[in-house]
Amino acid sequence: MREKSLQVVITFHTTSAAMAMERLCRARGLPGRLAPAPRDVTSDCGIAWCAPASARPDLESVPGAPEFAGVYELLL
Amino acid sequence: MIYLDNAATTMHKPPCVVRAVTEALESLGNCGRGVNEGSLSAARVIYAAREKLAEFLGCPEPDRVCFTSNSTEALNTAIFGLLGPEDHVISTDLEHNSVLRPLYRLEAEGMGLDFLAADRQGNVDYGQLPRLLRPNTRAIVCTHASNLTGNTLDLPRLGAFAREHGLLFVVDASQSAGSLPLDMTAYGISVLCFTGHKGLMGPQGTGGLCVAPGVEIRPLKTGGTGVQSHRKDQPEAYPTRLEAGTLNGHGIAGLSAALDWIRDTGRPAIHRWETQRMEQFYRGVRDVPGVTVYGDFTRERAPIVALNIGDMGSSQAADILSSEYGIAVRSGAHCAPRMHQALGTTQQGAVRFSFGWFNTPEEVDQAVAAVRSIAEE
Repeated sequence: MREKSLQVVITFHTTSAAMAMERLCRARGLPGRLAPAPRDVTSDCGIAWCAPASARPDLESVPGAPEFAGVYELLL
Repeated sequence: MIYLDNAATTMHKPPCVVRAVTEALESLGNCGRGVNEGSLSAARVIYAAREKLAEFLGCPEPDRVCFTSNSTEALNTAIFGLLGPEDHVISTDLEHNSVLRPLYRLEAEGMGLDFLAADRQGNVDYGQLPRLLRPNTRAIVCTHASNLTGNTLDLPRLGAFAREHGLLFVVDASQSAGSLPLDMTAYGISVLCFTGHKGLMGPQGTGGLCVAPGVEIRPLKTGGTGVQSHRKDQPEAYPTRLEAGTLNGHGIAGLSAALDWIRDTGRPAIHRWETQRMEQFYRGVRDVPGVTVYGDFTRERAPIVALNIGDMGSSQAADILSSEYGIAVRSGAHCAPRMHQALGTTQQGAVRFSFGWFNTPEEVDQAVAAVRSIAEE
């Protein structure tokens, strides 16, 4: 069985915003990847930024980030 | 063929554009539809293009660069999405039908519409602007450069007037983006409409509009966006708001490569080269007996020379240039009826020579010789 871990899941209003987040995180060396938004969250955009939950403070405070639709912590 | 119809489309593209489109055709999925490597590749390519366009055109945010299939769609989106029968609009005699026809449709529904008149040289008198204002004037909608004469409008001046009177300022940059200096924020532009396949050197089927912060456009189209699928209405956030349906990812990949090429080559260098070819041609034909050249060549302009040879129909002249000299130009009415009325060329049309980066001085010499030869007949 696949092992689950606590993840921070950030959702966006547009695909463009998700792309902006990926660009920003890559440039700043922040962890995570783009993935389909889990069904447990209400997502405006089908794409979410998923990272270990420990990265949440850094991700939420990164300057220049696009507007988030929601920020969640889930066992994924 | 000597291709001198760059105002219609830049037929010759930088090789990197061709490569980018080919690679995109082999690798891109559908942007925003699913989260697989194909769709993400498309989304990344399209987002990169938004970033480059925002920087190049002075748009404050990449998310406010919305793609359409051409500038006509962009202009329809802006005009129908901002204006209504209760409004009044100021436009100019320099406009293309992509501006005129949407405005005329709204005029038929009750909107007020006035035009800043052009003189026989194709110039407008900005001093007439205050006279055209009405209490319900909502916007100035105009081109940056005439597709017929190449004359430019003074966008900073028009933008300042719009700002002073609380008007929206919608600009058609079809003939200028990629060549002339253009900064929508500095010029006070509310919506900048562009096409990708002319001066921006990208593929046909690409274009868009840059929307200034605070400008809320009603969507022209509604439909699939890949996001907020359970809503009945179109999502509100830009760019999705104006981008219903699958984007032309393959074309936008080419446009993105073209923007890299323009950055590396230098827009001023491109403008300088095109202007030199235009001036070379203009100097060669302006004094040829029987040749009438239209437009004002004393100020900054798009690289276009429109002319007629005696009373010869413009289509006949273009046909001779094509069939006997291998020179491609455009003839006829150029979708600019008010400009022809101002120039007095409604019946004759005009032969338009428009220059681009890939034109050489030798090609221009041949075009001058051809015009001279036809005029001497």
